[in-house]
Amino acid sequence: MSDPVPLLNVQIDGVWYQFPKGTRVIEACAQAGKFVPRYCYHPKLSSPGNCRMCLIEMGMPRMGPDRKPELGPDGKPVINWIPRPQISCAQDVAEGMGVRTDSQLVQDCRHGVMEFLLINHPLDCPICDQAGECELQEFSVQYGTGGSRFREEKVKKPKHVHLGPRVTLDDERCILCSRCIRFMKEVAHDDVLGFASRGSHSYLTAHPGRVLDSNYSLNTVDICPVGALTSTDFRFKMRVWFLKETKSICTSCATGCNTLIGSRQNVLYRQTPRENNDVNSPWMCDYGRLNFHDVNSTDRLTEPQIRHLSNLETASWTAAISRAAEDLKRFQPTEIAVIASGRMTNEELWFAKKLVDSVKTSNYDIVPRTGPADDLLLNSIRNPNTNGAQLLGLCSDQPGAKLQQIADGVSQGHIKAVVALQEDLTAAGFKATDLERLGAFIVMDILPNETTKRATTLLPSASFAEKRGSMINVKGRLQRLNRAIQSPGNAREDWEILRDLIQHLTGANGVYLIEDVFKQMAENVPQFQGLSLSKIGDLGVSLEGVVAAAPVTASA
Amino acid sequence: MAYTVSRSKLTFGEKLYLPAVLAGLKITINHLIKVLTGKTKVTMQYPEERWDTHLPEHYRGAPTLVTDEHGRERCVACQLCEFICPPRAITIKPGEIKDGDRWRKVEKFPQEFEIDMIRCIYCGLCEEVCPEQAIFLRKDYAITGLTRAEMVHKKDRLYELGGVMTGLVFKWNEKK
Repeated sequence: MSDPVPLLNVQIDGVWYQFPKGTRVIEACAQAGKFVPRYCYHPKLSSPGNCRMCLIEMGMPRMGPDRKPELGPDGKPVINWIPRPQISCAQDVAEGMGVRTDSQLVQDCRHGVMEFLLINHPLDCPICDQAGECELQEFSVQYGTGGSRFREEKVKKPKHVHLGPRVTLDDERCILCSRCIRFMKEVAHDDVLGFASRGSHSYLTAHPGRVLDSNYSLNTVDICPVGALTSTDFRFKMRVWFLKETKSICTSCATGCNTLIGSRQNVLYRQTPRENNDVNSPWMCDYGRLNFHDVNSTDRLTEPQIRHLSNLETASWTAAISRAAEDLKRFQPTEIAVIASGRMTNEELWFAKKLVDSVKTSNYDIVPRTGPADDLLLNSIRNPNTNGAQLLGLCSDQPGAKLQQIADGVSQGHIKAVVALQEDLTAAGFKATDLERLGAFIVMDILPNETTKRATTLLPSASFAEKRGSMINVKGRLQRLNRAIQSPGNAREDWEILRDLIQHLTGANGVYLIEDVFKQMAENVPQFQGLSLSKIGDLGVSLEGVVAAAPVTASA
Repeated sequence: MAYTVSRSKLTFGEKLYLPAVLAGLKITINHLIKVLTGKTKVTMQYPEERWDTHLPEHYRGAPTLVTDEHGRERCVACQLCEFICPPRAITIKPGEIKDGDRWRKVEKFPQEFEIDMIRCIYCGLCEEVCPEQAIFLRKDYAITGLTRAEMVHKKDRLYELGGVMTGLVFKWNEKK
């Protein structure tokens, strides 16, 4: 442990507080319950102090001839106030400092700055996607005037500029706070944005010949305090005030960035990062963020299906589950294989393992999934829950080690029944023609593919946004998924399907709630001991003794 | 405690009842004469006769969408009416105005705009909240249909009912 950070006495609006050395004045004010409006300041970026919105009055203790602070009648230092306003975002607290966040001068300053910022603003809130989460709107209500005194013509700037493949820019709305420029330079390390021209004609643009195509470009949309940068994917799709925000995690790689899922009436509209300084800070990559459109697909599997001769026919859940169970019972343990997925939650994997145990087979594994990594958030392991699969015994230290052996078994005809959970086996080394010859092929998935076409029993399941559960990320952090929308048609949650299948094979197990599943795991898996779904919390918990071999990827 | 109500005694004339019956008959006969001579109208012969000319200026009929004298559809699909609508009768699907369109600078328009007239309660909040002066409650009060689907007013029907409205604020002019 390093030395404890010394605490400094600071007076904010007449009340004395203590803050650790190094705290920004703007943060100290916020901690004291005196929120100071800001545009350019962002806690994760440098402070250029160019928006002037966070002006406050500041003072330092009056020093006596002995170079010691003079004390007032209350025993506290007497403060000499600086006669002009100061910005609070680029200044650290100091011993004996005084701050006024609500004086007449400060109010006049905010009023004036708001008026300047709105001079060339187009005021097109009805068509602006930021409306509803726009700081210009919010602070204008709090600190602005109702009308405008500006009678001149507004400056014309470029509109609907395609700054990059995923970001659209409206320069007229930009207030030149430079958050996006600093993000690209300091966090994404791709210094592609900048201001051009002078004075009120300044505008944001990409470097000539470059485009904003970084995999982190959509974070600039998140931190843009106004509607200048908008997501091309989300643009004009839905007003933000309609969106129900569900706390969840991204399932596109092993990092497990914390997210908010924005949905309305069972349609997913966007994913945005949710701050978790142990995982992703307030950032997330574009790949993960936009990787949700399959959920809204009209092709989603909605009804359980059973194969009669060469046709898949819609069936009831009871019929489908009992057909699957009867099929499995016809085969010897060595003739059965179970292919699970690293995209499954711990609860689903727990039941998948129970299924493996109840059919007593040793042919089981998960399908590994990899891709290029970067030095920020994106991990090379693209399965979100490989650690969970290892912990719950669905795969060895080498995920996918047994896959080829199982594929060969299917090819040679030793393996006659396969259960494929959330995986397209034709993409994992299995031959489509081999799969057609299987005596029983039970497939659980959300979208049709080459594997689902060849199933003998097809079980439609839930996407990541339609279920609750937990996953363990690459650093061994246990995090929660939450349900944002309902599954389409008769599709059901995966763990319920697996539970029913196991009930048919081995008799009732008395588990009816996802909480009970976790409880059962907590009783049997030492790493989960003492935990429950609710104890995981929104930010997750670090698990002891779960692999943390992969490199740390999140950067502050 | 018992409460005694004082009852005044009827006079001889009141006990006869006849004067009161005659007074009543006189009123009835007067009305009969006025109706027969066409001095009063008792029933409006709906639907041959309608309220249209008698409606006050502030009458709230069916909500409609309007275009202005520049031929522009006023609605920009901000969805505030959808948000404010108490019975949730309004459904809007926004879209983007493509390059080359005369009103490209407006950027946004409603691809689909539906008002379910079975749900609508004619409260007028949509008109009140509209920042673009695009939706108005007109004087159409007899909204009927044979099916539920017919009672959902689509965009074309809303513009047909609304027509052109002149003299509105022209905020998407070139200078702004």
